[in-house]
Amino acid sequence: MKFVDEFRDGQLAQAIAAHIAREARPERRYRLMEFCGGHTHAISRYGLADLLPTNVRMIHGPGCPVCVLPIGRIDQAIHLAREQGVILCTYGDAMRIPASGGASLLRARTQGANVRMVYSIEDALKIARDHPQQEVVFLAIGFETTTPPTAAAILQAAAEGLDNFSILCNHVLTPAAMHAILAAEGGVSLDGFVGPAHVSTVIGSQPYEVFAKDYRKPVVIAGFEPLDVMQAILMLIRQVNEGRAAVENEFTRAVTKVGNPKAQALVDAVFEPRDVFEWRGLGILPRSALKLRTQYAAFDAELKFGVGYQAVPDHKGCECAAILRGEKHPQDCKIFGTACTPDTPVGACMVSSEGACAAHYSYGRFRTSRGGEAA
Amino acid sequence: MKPGYGRPLDIRHGRIDMSHGGGGRAMAQLIEQLFMAELDNPYLAQGSDGALLPEVAGRLVVATDSHVVSPLFFPGGDIGCLAVHGTLNDVAMMGARPLYLTAAFILEEGFPLSDLQRIVSSMARASRETGVPVVAGDTKVVERGKGDGVFISTTGVGVVAEGVTLSGHTARPGDKILLSGTIGDHGMAILSQREGLSFDAPIVSDTAALHELVATMLGTGAQIRVLRDPTRGGLATALNEIASQSGVGMLLEEAAIPVSAAVSAACEFLGLDPLYVANEGKLIAICAAGHADRLLDAMRAHPLGQAAAIIGEVVEDDHAFVQMKTRLGGYRMVDWLAGEQLPRIC
Repeated sequence: MKFVDEFRDGQLAQAIAAHIAREARPERRYRLMEFCGGHTHAISRYGLADLLPTNVRMIHGPGCPVCVLPIGRIDQAIHLAREQGVILCTYGDAMRIPASGGASLLRARTQGANVRMVYSIEDALKIARDHPQQEVVFLAIGFETTTPPTAAAILQAAAEGLDNFSILCNHVLTPAAMHAILAAEGGVSLDGFVGPAHVSTVIGSQPYEVFAKDYRKPVVIAGFEPLDVMQAILMLIRQVNEGRAAVENEFTRAVTKVGNPKAQALVDAVFEPRDVFEWRGLGILPRSALKLRTQYAAFDAELKFGVGYQAVPDHKGCECAAILRGEKHPQDCKIFGTACTPDTPVGACMVSSEGACAAHYSYGRFRTSRGGEAA
Repeated sequence: MKPGYGRPLDIRHGRIDMSHGGGGRAMAQLIEQLFMAELDNPYLAQGSDGALLPEVAGRLVVATDSHVVSPLFFPGGDIGCLAVHGTLNDVAMMGARPLYLTAAFILEEGFPLSDLQRIVSSMARASRETGVPVVAGDTKVVERGKGDGVFISTTGVGVVAEGVTLSGHTARPGDKILLSGTIGDHGMAILSQREGLSFDAPIVSDTAALHELVATMLGTGAQIRVLRDPTRGGLATALNEIASQSGVGMLLEEAAIPVSAAVSAACEFLGLDPLYVANEGKLIAICAAGHADRLLDAMRAHPLGQAAAIIGEVVEDDHAFVQMKTRLGGYRMVDWLAGEQLPRIC
């Protein structure tokens, strides 16, 4: 397939692997975090761990929108669907996130709540148009990649006077999460980041400069294809070897320094930072998420239905929080593969295919079940 | 009913109503003028509560399958021929020669008779082409909103030749895994139709009856241990079933698994893995390593096996994991499908 197969070429991968093997110094360890779930998925699906020397270790980051949503946020959505009788629209993965008391949106639906799976916020707008007598709420989740479409939909809803439509806004900011990981005391020790692909097409490479400058961590922005990831790993190893910490861009076919100013302007027109937002795993982080600006408050489901946020502790025994901080591996969790599987997820990281636990369970668990080194 | 004393069924404009399932004259007319007219054969013509069939020598195989596919008509087929192929293939995977089919229809009030005729006619064509008559049937009607047009359940009966024993429990380490052609065609044909996606070359369902290919394969004398058609859940799920039943592992070679360019592109676009997408005209064969090449040659010589390939081998593994060497040279698991990838695919 043109423009895809080129980035999955086995021979090229072997060539990059040979470079990595040659250049990685045997006397040291390289601990690299791939921030995005998209990278986690590519690493697992293509078995990239087998192409890396054992002293080059990939640590999964928190860049999976479904994984970082805390239980309290899903509880809000379930409350709206169950108690307020709204049509709750959401992406497929979000339907399976475990909430309080064994609930999930999927389960709420089997119990009669009106929960609908959509492929985009456009579908939710259409449902609102088709059901003018009913309230329609879209569970808006995601990093900077999915925020511009939400902003565009809000402007569209405002222009149409679609007053039965609103969003439960859970859009979060990538740099805030990276700060949290690096600033955590006693947190994970890292030698560099494989930087976000799609997020960076929107925000550009500039927002990562601070991590190179202040924290001395190399960042290489990479696409989601396996060769992108391999190349980024090689570039990170070179920076580490040379004692450099810079933001480099492997994904030049899509990412520029300034990103997409049009999308940024759209987001800025509709959203403003929240003072604080609770993340699963990373805790309460200041200015790490977005809310609708006052002029669009009518579309804010939290205000419209008066649903307050109630923090709920994670399931006892679930290690999602430490896994999202890069401090633990999925196989370190006691309930991994026993109580918690993709069919019966207990923690959010087992839900989405981008989640570290789901990726390890579905693609990599043969490694650890034999007592071998984990991916 | 005496000809000339009733108005013939208005197939062009008519619709199913509750009386078509009521057991009265309307139902008799529907059966005679639509079902019997299309599916005509001496067993069905007996017109009794069941079909009386001649004696059969050999062990019998029975398989049954319900079909709820949406949309009813899709590129490469429809629910009618699918209901014939699906059940015949289940019989064939037992190494049996299919002999008879039965069909039960659940019709929704308001369903156009013209669509029903298209479906039954397609079923009749598939039955003629495969040489397997539909010898008994049933129709029920449910109120509007209680069904979705038409659901069809079919049951197949076949006979197994002496010496043929196929079972999912008999794969052994060292055996080769063969696949009869490209994967994912049926699922992506349905999905692209459903989502209104169009590609340069339309993706066409691979729905087909595999019993002749199976007969050819059995005719080679190759030691075939398992045959299975990878329908819902795709290749990945079928291999996991076999691995788990036989208590063995499998090692696949990603580069050896045939996928058409169109299916590959559509899967990429929709974020699906072709390993998990349904097929309706493909089979997996597991056979003794020394006989694999001979079997492969025979499969490739058959029109339904032209793109057949050896895609991997059975290995020892207490965990019964299916693993795959990726195109990049790394290894991954090919796990069971979690959840429901595509509802109502067959």
